[in-house]
Amino acid sequence: MTTLVEPSIEVPAPAKPSLLARWRNRRSADPTPVWLTVVGTFVALYLVLPTLIVIPMSFSEATTFVFPPRGHSLWLYRNFFTNDRWLDSLRNSFIVAACAASIATIVGTSAALGLHQLRGRRSARFMQSALMFPILVPSIVIATAVYISFLRWHLVGTLAGYVLAHAALATPFVLATVTSALGTFDPTYLRASASLGASPWRSFLTVTLPLISRGVATGAVLAFVTSFDEVVIALFIRSPRFQTLPVQMYNSVVVEIDPTIAASSSLIVVTVSLIFLVALLVNSRRTSRPGSANNRRSVVRRTR
Amino acid sequence: MMTSRPRWLPHPGWLLLIPAVALLGGILGVPLWQSFWRSIGSGDWTLEHYSALFTDGVTLKVLARTGQAAAVVTIVTLLLGYPYAYLMTRVGPLWRSVLVVMVLMPFWTSALARNFGWLILLYDNGLVQRFIALFGFDDVVLYGTAQGVTLAMSQVLLPFMVLPLFSALGGIDRRLLLAARSLGSPPLVAFWKVYFPLSRGGVVAGCILTFTLACGFYVTPALIGSPRESLIAQLLGQRTTQLLDFAGAGALGTLVLVVTLVLVWWANRMGGSMATIGAVAGQTGTRR
Amino acid sequence: MTIGISRSSSTGPAGEPTGKGAQIRLESITKDFGLAHPAVDNVTLTIEPGEFMTFLGPSGSGKTTTLNLIAGFESLTSGTIRLDSQDVSTLPAHKRNLGMVFQNYALFPHMTVAGNIAYPLRERRVPKPEIERRVAEVLELVQLQGRDKHYPSQLSGGQQQRVALARAIVFNPRALLLDEPLGALDRNLRAALQLEIRRIHREVGTTLVFVTHDQEEAMNLSDRIALFHDGRIEQVGSPENLYAEPETLFTARFLGDSTVFALGDQPVTGPVTWEDERWAVDSGTVAQRARSGGPTALVVRPESVGIVRDRAQVPSGANSVRARVRDIEYMGAYRTLLLAVGQEGITGRARIPAADKNYALGDEVVAWWHPDAQRIVAA
Repeated sequence: MTTLVEPSIEVPAPAKPSLLARWRNRRSADPTPVWLTVVGTFVALYLVLPTLIVIPMSFSEATTFVFPPRGHSLWLYRNFFTNDRWLDSLRNSFIVAACAASIATIVGTSAALGLHQLRGRRSARFMQSALMFPILVPSIVIATAVYISFLRWHLVGTLAGYVLAHAALATPFVLATVTSALGTFDPTYLRASASLGASPWRSFLTVTLPLISRGVATGAVLAFVTSFDEVVIALFIRSPRFQTLPVQMYNSVVVEIDPTIAASSSLIVVTVSLIFLVALLVNSRRTSRPGSANNRRSVVRRTR
Repeated sequence: MMTSRPRWLPHPGWLLLIPAVALLGGILGVPLWQSFWRSIGSGDWTLEHYSALFTDGVTLKVLARTGQAAAVVTIVTLLLGYPYAYLMTRVGPLWRSVLVVMVLMPFWTSALARNFGWLILLYDNGLVQRFIALFGFDDVVLYGTAQGVTLAMSQVLLPFMVLPLFSALGGIDRRLLLAARSLGSPPLVAFWKVYFPLSRGGVVAGCILTFTLACGFYVTPALIGSPRESLIAQLLGQRTTQLLDFAGAGALGTLVLVVTLVLVWWANRMGGSMATIGAVAGQTGTRR
Repeated sequence: MTIGISRSSSTGPAGEPTGKGAQIRLESITKDFGLAHPAVDNVTLTIEPGEFMTFLGPSGSGKTTTLNLIAGFESLTSGTIRLDSQDVSTLPAHKRNLGMVFQNYALFPHMTVAGNIAYPLRERRVPKPEIERRVAEVLELVQLQGRDKHYPSQLSGGQQQRVALARAIVFNPRALLLDEPLGALDRNLRAALQLEIRRIHREVGTTLVFVTHDQEEAMNLSDRIALFHDGRIEQVGSPENLYAEPETLFTARFLGDSTVFALGDQPVTGPVTWEDERWAVDSGTVAQRARSGGPTALVVRPESVGIVRDRAQVPSGANSVRARVRDIEYMGAYRTLLLAVGQEGITGRARIPAADKNYALGDEVVAWWHPDAQRIVAA
């Protein structure tokens, strides 16, 4: 073996370590153990698999829920888009979610602005907790109570009933996102705008609103999805004449054994995932915008 | 620039709260109150509906079953969630986002799509059963059993364990582990004596949160579980829509609500509230 | 003051008496993280028992990595580390018996002061009464008596640092490693703690390795300084040695201010030229490394530079150069003239008495110095 020793170097430089040795050396004395990576991968699969499995199922030719799907066809999708019951429930869900999200966004934003003006008062803190309270109540408790009262108020199975219940359920989410957007909103902006000659109303329109707009938009999306996906209350206040997509899906498993749910599920999974991935990308690109860091926190939606 | 207003006039900020108070109070508050009111005899001040809960022979059994199921789910999510959250603190920013996205996946997808996915997986001769059979257990039935429900509920609730844990673990200075080792502790001892005690807040918060949510589950047990092994939420639903025992349902609902609130209050005191989860979810730019 | 931590009876893991602490020998150690160049590149250094050795250098120079290699927090790519004669290169951190103080203190937040200090003793299965006695002694040594029940968060930064120090010395380590321990403290507290660390080092008498990027701190504290640069040791020596006899331009610049004249590749045995000046060279001022060829530079410390109005006033035998006053900094004890030197206008510094108000911005002056006050270094 020949070694090149440069004359100026007194101590011969150590031989270049092999790739394996270098990989081993990159690890410090505080490495991530291999078993941890293995367990993490397993848990990640556990988290993702049940969601992704509906996609291959939706192309099945079979009329049962057995995996693996047999053959591939689009008949479940054809079924979904030609069957009135599915289409009606999809349309109902969209209408209910759009109305409920609009109401919740206006009501929640207004409440957040009000609480922001009253901040520091004990009564305002109490109000804040009271308005966030529904997030903590189990859906089933709300659903049964609402059902009984709606029976008396003749709201069961009506569009208004759905919209009101979902709007009330979604308002705390809007309140939370807008409040956190306002949280680090610097009041000196308003003083600056006043010192430049803007009236309070102009200041609100030109300074406050643009800065909290992302919080409001986030709240609106969250409200829409909360309603669109809500199933427990919907199951109780449904009627044969009016039901939403989640209720139809529930029925297709419990009552009808209708495999069209596979198509509907994978449509929802893909659509919702795309929406959130886009939101994620847009967010990560805009993080440097002033006033954006504050509304990056929100509440996780309720589960059932 | 503040215009002065008379002392007796309320702050204009209160006006902005009126719609929210009306909506939440009218649509959620009034029904909850009416339900409670019925449970105490609609003004007759009786506790018979509550005492019935403890004497009807069903409620207690279902309560115990629910508590047991929730406890199992909590333990499973802790055992799976702790290493996962720990891994999240050890990887680079890119992989961390990937892991966070995976945690939030159960949120991302519709409840019914997810439950349907589990239904397929757990079906007789389904994927999970065949996977387990590889290890020699070829007669495990999961569909319509408590085990199947546990498996599905654990997956749905895992984020509620992982996120508070991640925020607790992320706050632990790893140099403390180096310090412990320089003071003579082997790595595992250093972990047990220094790291784990510091993560206890997150563990407690995650456990209480998971337990609470598990107690109120409705759709998953209804779709995957057996009707003979119903949990408390199904009992409440049955009492309302099938038995039309509104007063009894009110009493049971009130009981569930009180238990939930106590647990949430406790979790809050332990430093891991819903807000913690929100903060973590928010950090990643994900809103759900 | 005699401290009760008896050293004569204690023995290190290798069975040798710890005495005044271990000798630490780094033999051609290299740490390669797989980046552009190694973080620590073939470093050889012997730290004597009981010595106060400072690793000084800018961030990324490899000083902290070297310390972590000694502590066992990183694994060596090549080379050997010996404590006394024992090869510890592959010994895990918890078996090396070295006390470490971290930059952020790394106190366990869930344990009291006493709990933190007792930790290494409990890990060594020291009997309980003995633990109590030694914790009390070491608390006295760092002057924190009566704080044992406090939690770290209840202490000030300086107090936390003392606890960290106490925890690192309580188990009679073979050497004490301090990683920028004063970095997070404000100026006055740093000065106080520097004194404290020196005192504790004197009293405990252990080998001490101190990492810092603050040259003043290094000068104040150390027996010897190892100056790190790009993963290598640029120069090792006493503070006086490094300041007065820098071998390289890097050393001259890192420790103290100076005026630097680049000489290029001209021979440094006779007089040297810079622009149109011709300067005498005192052979004693030529650094070893400058002699061996390659580009050189002439450096002069500001306190060695005199200022006069014209060449006639320059003492005979002195070297001189034309300059213009660019700025004057009042430093309290003295004034520093910032000069634009020569045609090129390089930055020069001269120190004049605080009372001397004879110079104004833009004044044309002559700067001079004796040839034995200059230093010719490798550039």
